Formats: sequence, structure tokens, C-alpha cells
Amino acid sequence: MQMYDLPDEKGHFGQFGGVFVGETLMEALTELRDQYEKYRGDAEFQDEFRHELKHYVGRPSPIYYAKRWSDELGGAQIYLKREDLNHTGAHKVNNCIGQALLARRLGKQRVIAETGAGQHGVATATVAARYGLECVVYMGAEDVRRQASNVYRMKLLGATVVPVESGSRTLKDALNEAMRDWVTNVESTFYIIGTAAGPHPYPMMVRDFQAVIGEEAKWQMMELAGRQPDSVIACVGGGSNAIGIFYPYLNEPGVRLVGVEAAGLGLASGRHAAPLNAGTVGVLHGNRTYLMQDDNGQIIETHSISAGLDYPGVGPEHSYLKDSGQAQYAAVTDQEALQAFHNLCHYEGIIPALESSHALAYAAKVAPTMDKDNVLLVNLSGRGDKDMATVAELSGIQF
Amino acid sequence: MSRIQAVFAELAAQGKKALIPFVTAGDPAPAITVPLLHRLVDAGANIIELGVPFSDPMADGPVIQKASERALANGIGMREVLGFVREFRKTNTYTPVVLMGYLNPVERMGYAAFAAAAAEAGVDGVLTVDAPPEEGEPLWAALHQAGLDPIFLLAPTTPQQRVENVARHASGFVYYVSLKGVTGARHLDLGEVADKLPEIRRQSGLPVGVGFGIRDAETAAAVGRIADAVVIGSRIVQEIEANPSAGAIEPIYQLLHGIRQALDAVSNEEKA
Repeated sequence: MQMYDLPDEKGHFGQFGGVFVGETLMEALTELRDQYEKYRGDAEFQDEFRHELKHYVGRPSPIYYAKRWSDELGGAQIYLKREDLNHTGAHKVNNCIGQALLARRLGKQRVIAETGAGQHGVATATVAARYGLECVVYMGAEDVRRQASNVYRMKLLGATVVPVESGSRTLKDALNEAMRDWVTNVESTFYIIGTAAGPHPYPMMVRDFQAVIGEEAKWQMMELAGRQPDSVIACVGGGSNAIGIFYPYLNEPGVRLVGVEAAGLGLASGRHAAPLNAGTVGVLHGNRTYLMQDDNGQIIETHSISAGLDYPGVGPEHSYLKDSGQAQYAAVTDQEALQAFHNLCHYEGIIPALESSHALAYAAKVAPTMDKDNVLLVNLSGRGDKDMATVAELSGIQF
Repeated sequence: MSRIQAVFAELAAQGKKALIPFVTAGDPAPAITVPLLHRLVDAGANIIELGVPFSDPMADGPVIQKASERALANGIGMREVLGFVREFRKTNTYTPVVLMGYLNPVERMGYAAFAAAAAEAGVDGVLTVDAPPEEGEPLWAALHQAGLDPIFLLAPTTPQQRVENVARHASGFVYYVSLKGVTGARHLDLGEVADKLPEIRRQSGLPVGVGFGIRDAETAAAVGRIADAVVIGSRIVQEIEANPSAGAIEPIYQLLHGIRQALDAVSNEEKA
């Protein structure tokens, strides 16, 4: 079997990925690519990264066997990779530390970020405080409303949060605005992209920094279950937690990789955020990938109960893995995700993020159809404290 | 000789600078676009940049983004944009039209189909902001095939080697982004522009237009002293934002006419 070694030097995963940006950013991306290539193989850089992950983030994050929930579902055993237990409460911080260490080596004193649910914004604000960097976070005005506690958290950490009023006022608009900031301040500023999308080298870099999730899972599963899982399941918005857990498993035979997109109100309704399930190929935010777009090539508004999945594109590597058949991509609705959210609270005493609840919902769907000897590993990418208001509101409760 | 080449050749012979206004197709209303284009020519425009609206205009500032949003609300897609050009060409066969926008609407239509349709409609050049030479080859091939000029952006951050690479692909003219930032921003650094331009001209052998951040006749004149063409966009679109109706056409005419006079004054100075 041929080893998986994408992307190529131009950042292509087959027909996907690449560098589709305005000329002003080309030089900065070329510099970033060269510098990253250098530090990717630099023992001192990697040691510092691992040290920070261990002592600041609290890695390795545990794997937990959700026995009560598995028994209730009456099928496969469900294991959870507990990224929700990381410092800041989600997987996002892994990548932020990697990029912040790179920013410091590049001599950039200012970092910017876009955020949807606020998890990446909080993680960026956190590492900016940790390393003494100025931090500006762009967030869609609609998300600012949905995620008020995370906005406050970022401010506490010393970041400036800029609400973005343009377009659909969600993640994609925040990304546009962050790109504009970067174009304007390219010499002083490092753009910490939070997901495995954007122009090369970002999809590769984010994947590499998140791959610690899958690397740990591989030895932890052997330790805890004595075997590798039949399926690894992760939610996919931009897809950073999914690629992080998938990547080390790509050369592992017999493990099925399943990404779970947000079907929102249902794929048939058109009100969803599932480009891999129901989109077409196009170019957005610096890369070629599957997109939610209309016949004129305009990006269409997406819907998901979870702000972190509410994005019309997806990391280019997922597009490649879909087309090559190396991973499968399913979708679950808002309702299904919400049900899984409640069930994990009820049976395991774990409050999952609404994003991660999509992966849980898929596991809950397939587990009962499987044998008790089968093993599912779900990436529990974040904790749900930030979603309290959203879930309460849906239950008719106001704080 | 392409229409763009012909315009620059003629202006060079007259010792004049090209004036290139930008407007977004279908903004503020579909019925206004073609009359507005004709009026831009009346005011002294030599080439027209016609913006193709896109939902996620990453390289644009708020003024042109809102213009895009207004146009999209009017249901403007690539077919409508090409319809405007076709209509414009019925009575104007000499002013080049350059489409300016983002890659995805072009990609959605298909490169070859787009290039053929654009050429048929009377388009002369195409500038896709987010298709750098590294990714653009298939598109440039399709454009050349259809007889269209691919117009490239160069930036203050573009190193020597990339200038050479871009120069190999470019035809018509080269568009120098005069600042680090989005369209419509301020802080134009004239000294920086003056330093960079001779090199670009030498390497590409093409006329150089300068844009992003030119807001008045005075700046336009200063840029006109060093560049072959002056591009003015956000300042024009602001007139539409202030008065989103046919009523914006005359103020735009006055604005552009004033800039034309300032540019011609520069040319006359140089002749004298």
C-alpha cells in the first residue's frame, strides 16, 4: 500500500487545496510555507510544542469508555477521545499553540483569528496571553450574540473582539474580515487560522498540529481496549478535529474514518452546512474544495444549531479523502445532535459541545446496528458549557 | 491589436494617461449599469473595470463589498454581467471593458465556457483577484484562447522573482495595488509606488495602472505623474452608496470629469 503523503509542494490534495489569494498575501504565504517546512522538521521546535501540550494544555487527553451509554444503545462499544478536557475546553488550543510558537519565531508580535463558536477565538486569546502577543479576534455579529460567554472570555484574556456585520454575519464573514486585516497588516501580523482550511500551508499545518489527537488515540486504544477501533468518528465543519484524529489512522488498515457534517434542518431542506454531502467543488477562502454555492458560484448561507459547524466550505483534505474513498462523510440534523447532547449528559455526566454532539449522534445511530465486540472511537472535540444558552433557549428556558 | 493595446498606444501617442473607473455590475439597479457605463466614457474613461459581484469579496473594503451585496440582491450573476457588456457594446465599440472579480463565479461557469461567452459579449480583459499565477494557468490559457487579456495584480509585497513570473503571463496592462490593504483604504504611499513602477514596466513591457486608495483629483494627478493609468473604484461606488438611484450618475460624471481634467493637466505639464 502506498503511503499517504499529501499535500504536494504546492499544497494540493489531488484537485483540492492550493493557494487562491490576492497578490498582496502571496509573499507572506510563501514565507510561512518555507518557515513552516523548516520548523516542521526542527527538533527544538517540536520539543517546545510537545512540552507546551503536556504542561499547558494537559495532554495527553484521556480516552474514556462510555459504557453506560453504549449499554443503553445496545450495540458497539463507544470510546470518547476527551479533547473537551484540554485547557480552554476544546481541541482548538493544540493548533493555536503550534501557530503561536511559529509566530514568535517569525518575529510577529500581533496575532489575529476568526472564530465561529468562539472556541478558536478563546484558544487564540489564551495562547496570545500566554506568549504576550497582541490579539484581535473577528467574529460574526450573529455568533457574538449566540456565544456571549465566549466573547466575554476572550475579553478577559486581553483580546479585542471585533463583531463582523457583513454578509451572513457568521464564521465565513469573520474569515473574510480577518483576511482583510491580514492583507493590511501583513508585515506585523500572524494570522492564526483555526481550521484545516484556507490557503496552503494552513490546511497542512493545522492538520499536523492537530494530529497529536490521533497519535495519542492509537496507543491509548491499544492500552485501554487492546485494539484499534472499527470506526473513528468526528464532526466536520472546517474539519480540524476530524483531520487531527483521522490523519494518523490513514495508513492503518481496517479502520473506517467517518466525518459527520451538520445536516441542520435536513439535507433536503437546503438549510444545512454539509458541503461534502450536498455541495459542489469551487474556490473559497484560499483553497479549492467542496462548497455550498448556487448556480452563479455565489456562496449560500448555511444553517446549523452549532456555530462551529456553520461554514459553507470544508478543509480541502476532507474533499480529497471523500473523493478518494479514504473517508466517508455522513450528516446528522440539529435534532439528532441535540438528542445526543442530552443523552451524553444523562448517561455519562459529560456535557459535550454541540459540534461534537454531531459525531456522537452518528455513533448513536450506527452503534445499535453493530455487534457488542465492535468498537467506535468518537472525537469529543469540545465541551458544551458554551452552548448552555443555546440549548436552554431551545427548551424554552431563559437565564 | 487588442482593444486594450490600442487604447494605450493611442494615449501614449497623445502623451495622455488612461483613466479607469470601476463600478459593480447591477449596482444599485440593473437598469442603471449600462447608462452609467456610457456616462463614465463621456467623463473621460478610457477603460472600464466592471465588477462581477461575489458573496465573499475578501480583497475588497466595505464600500465595494456593499456594492456586491446590492448587486446580488438584484439577482446579478455572470450571465447578467455579460448581458450588460453586450448592451454597452451596441453603441460603444472602442472602450475596453475589463471584468474584475473573484474566481469562483468563473470556475462555476467553466473556464472555456466563460471565456467564450465573455469574448462574445465584448469583454476585453479579465482580472480575478484570487487566482495568482501559481493557480491561474488553466484560466489564462482559456482567456488567451478566446482572445482576452488576463490582467494581473502586483503588490508592494511582490518580490522581484514573482514580478518576472507575472510579467510572463500578463497582457494588456498590469494593475499595481498601491497599498497593503483592501480596496478603498487610505494611506497611499506615492514614493513606494514611484520606486516600484519602472522595474515593473521594464520587466513586463506593459503599461502599468495603479489603484486601491485613489480618492481625489489631486492623488490621481500625483499617481498620473508616475503611472500609465489611474484606477478609481471605491470613491465612485461611494456616490452610489450615498444615492442608490439613477441620481448617482451625474455626481459620478462630475467626479470623474474632474479627475480627467487633473490627469490631462499633468500630461500638458509634461509636454510643456
